[in-house]
Amino acid sequence: MSKKAKNNAMSENKESQKLFALTGLFDTPDEIMHAASAASKKYRKYDVHTPYPVHGMDDAMGLGESPIGWCTLLIGTSCMLMMLGFIAWVSLVDYPLVWAGKPYFSLPGYIPILFEVTVLTGAVSTVLILFFIVSGFPNNNHPLHDTPYMQRTSDDKFGLCLEAADPNFNEADAKGLLEKMGAKNIQPVYYEKAEADAGLSLTHPAFVSFLAFVIVGVSGAAYFGLNRMVFMVPFNYMSVQGRAVAQEKNNIFKDGRSMQKPVAGTVARGLLPYPFKLDDQIKAQAEAGKYLSNPLPRTEAVFELGKTQFDSKCSACHGYYGEGDSRLNGKFPAPPTLHSKKVSEWTDANIYHVITEGQNVMPSYAKQLTRDERWAVVHYIRALQRSLKPKETDLQ
Amino acid sequence: MSSTTHAIHYEKKHLPASAGTLGWGVLIAGLAVAGASFAMDPMRAKYSSIMLFMFLAGVGICSLFMVSIEYLAGAVWSTPLRRVFEILASSLLFLPLFALPILPFMQELYLWTHKTDDILARKAAYLNQPFFLIRLALILGIWILFYKLFTGRSYKQDETRDQDLTRKNVKLSAVFIPVFGISITALSIDFLMSLEPHWFSTMFGVNFFAGSLVAALGVITITVILLNENGYLVKGIIGDHYYSLGFGMFAGCVFWTYTAFSQGMLIWYANLPEETPWFLNRWEGSWKVITIALLLVHFIGPLFGLIQRKNKRNPSRMIFMAAWVIFAHVLDLYWIVVPVFQPEGPSLRLTEFGFIAIAIGFLIVLVTQQAKKKNLVAVGDPKLQRGLAFRL
Repeated sequence: MSKKAKNNAMSENKESQKLFALTGLFDTPDEIMHAASAASKKYRKYDVHTPYPVHGMDDAMGLGESPIGWCTLLIGTSCMLMMLGFIAWVSLVDYPLVWAGKPYFSLPGYIPILFEVTVLTGAVSTVLILFFIVSGFPNNNHPLHDTPYMQRTSDDKFGLCLEAADPNFNEADAKGLLEKMGAKNIQPVYYEKAEADAGLSLTHPAFVSFLAFVIVGVSGAAYFGLNRMVFMVPFNYMSVQGRAVAQEKNNIFKDGRSMQKPVAGTVARGLLPYPFKLDDQIKAQAEAGKYLSNPLPRTEAVFELGKTQFDSKCSACHGYYGEGDSRLNGKFPAPPTLHSKKVSEWTDANIYHVITEGQNVMPSYAKQLTRDERWAVVHYIRALQRSLKPKETDLQ
Repeated sequence: MSSTTHAIHYEKKHLPASAGTLGWGVLIAGLAVAGASFAMDPMRAKYSSIMLFMFLAGVGICSLFMVSIEYLAGAVWSTPLRRVFEILASSLLFLPLFALPILPFMQELYLWTHKTDDILARKAAYLNQPFFLIRLALILGIWILFYKLFTGRSYKQDETRDQDLTRKNVKLSAVFIPVFGISITALSIDFLMSLEPHWFSTMFGVNFFAGSLVAALGVITITVILLNENGYLVKGIIGDHYYSLGFGMFAGCVFWTYTAFSQGMLIWYANLPEETPWFLNRWEGSWKVITIALLLVHFIGPLFGLIQRKNKRNPSRMIFMAAWVIFAHVLDLYWIVVPVFQPEGPSLRLTEFGFIAIAIGFLIVLVTQQAKKKNLVAVGDPKLQRGLAFRL
């Protein structure tokens, strides 16, 4: 509605419209100060509108202390305490973590956070209180909106607005007061019918759906914007590397695998294929005896290695001295003694073949013992045999 | 706004003689107690001299700081009160006297004068007695020079009403502020931080400045309110001017807390062996009580006492809060100085009260003596009328 139309509506429908206030304009800050203090003696519901802050107006209007500060303090402090409780719960109960060698709950480190939380919640809640409680936010209508009075007071005049809702209000008295204080343009302001009927409140469906739209829109935009569109990995985990991972699909190779089979005939490092694998065990053992010999010297270290390996892997069945005195109490058939004439006459390679390939119920020990360990065990077995049947030179 | 049209009526009234007598009485009683303690409890008297000197130095130089920021910021609210700042800043003239009792006993008070080790050897280029004395003379000399320049022009303006003097002081303030920042930091490092020469903190100087500013504003507030409520200043100084002083004290206390906490928290976080002992000494035994009391007195008390507008406009509450923050600063100095000499815990004797009496008596005598010769309001200042019209 244009200004002119509004003014016309005002003057035409005076009888049918409800009076909001009587307004008057003043030229100087001094005049408005005097007018405000005069009005404050008679009225409670009145307001002053000036184009810029006039210092000392609080006193002139007789305004008391604003309760807003207390709301800020109360909300800020309670949110600070809630944050403190949350931090205490996280650091003492939910996820106790030692950092920098400090106690689980170390207040000095939390003080900046508590300070920020107090300031943030205090500030935001103050704005929300001003919006929703003081200004009745969803309702953005005010009878003074768009009136010539408001246009002048936001330009170069100082306005006094005596509201009809005041119990002491009487149109003639108010007019008298304004005239006495030297006001110009004394004008009544009426509630506009459309504005008065709109009655937007917090529960109005339009406002609720608008709020829901904003909440969904903002959180959705934030979620997709931050988590999907512009998401950046804060740092790479060690498992995330630019290399092919075993068992994973890979487009580089024809078969689509990242792990390729070794070339035919490949030998692993350190591995010597054992050639004496025949169906006939006895023949294989003889073959091994013919072509192999113990590569290790008879040094103390070798005997130590042989003893360690023999004691840990062989002695359970063969006994610590190779006499076949199994420690398994008959749960597993005990092997014959290693001091028999047959074994004594075997070459080192014959024994080595049995350890490598197994014999009768004895399985292969090629997995448990490396090549050198097997040869060391052979040396140790020889030493055991010699200890029961020493040569005459040993006794000297 | 209406008061701009009124003329200023300042009539110089003399302070009652009883005020001067009271000041001299308190000062002499304090001096007697302090003198006796130099004989009976010499160590206590010696370190109390450091506290007295640093307290008066802080109050004096921060009063001059208030003068200079008024010029620099073009503030009008403090113009009717500025003469009080200038009178209190005249304590700078007597600082050499208060430094004298410390100098003969430096060997006993300062470890770095007679001991050396790897760390002190590296600091010796700065921490040595000749350079210490040169710095002291330089700092006090510069402060007195600036005091003379600022107030000389201000007093001259009472007679000549020459606006150009204000302009000159504005330029002088721009020079003074950096000099002030460096000199007060150096003085606090020399007299307070070097009590424990192995320790260092880059926050120390600014922390001392914040505490001193609060104390200076406290002394200013008490002086202004007592003078104004009894009609010795010009008509028109009202609760809104007190509000601004209270605002300064509030801001100063919060700023002090900010610097003290920054210093404490960073050292606590980093946990470095060369930094932590200073705080550990003050966090052990009964010193812990003083540390916690300092937090309550220097921060929590002023926070709630000064946050409300009506308290800051009420003269009697403002005097109470001003005395409170002065006590907070004294407690701060006590907390910095005394643990060095009494690591086992705080203790109070008559000596401390004697030195407090010296400070109080000295300031009363200073104000009464200066008030005899000078106007208590800068009547020639071009901003005075706007200052009297100041409203929140």
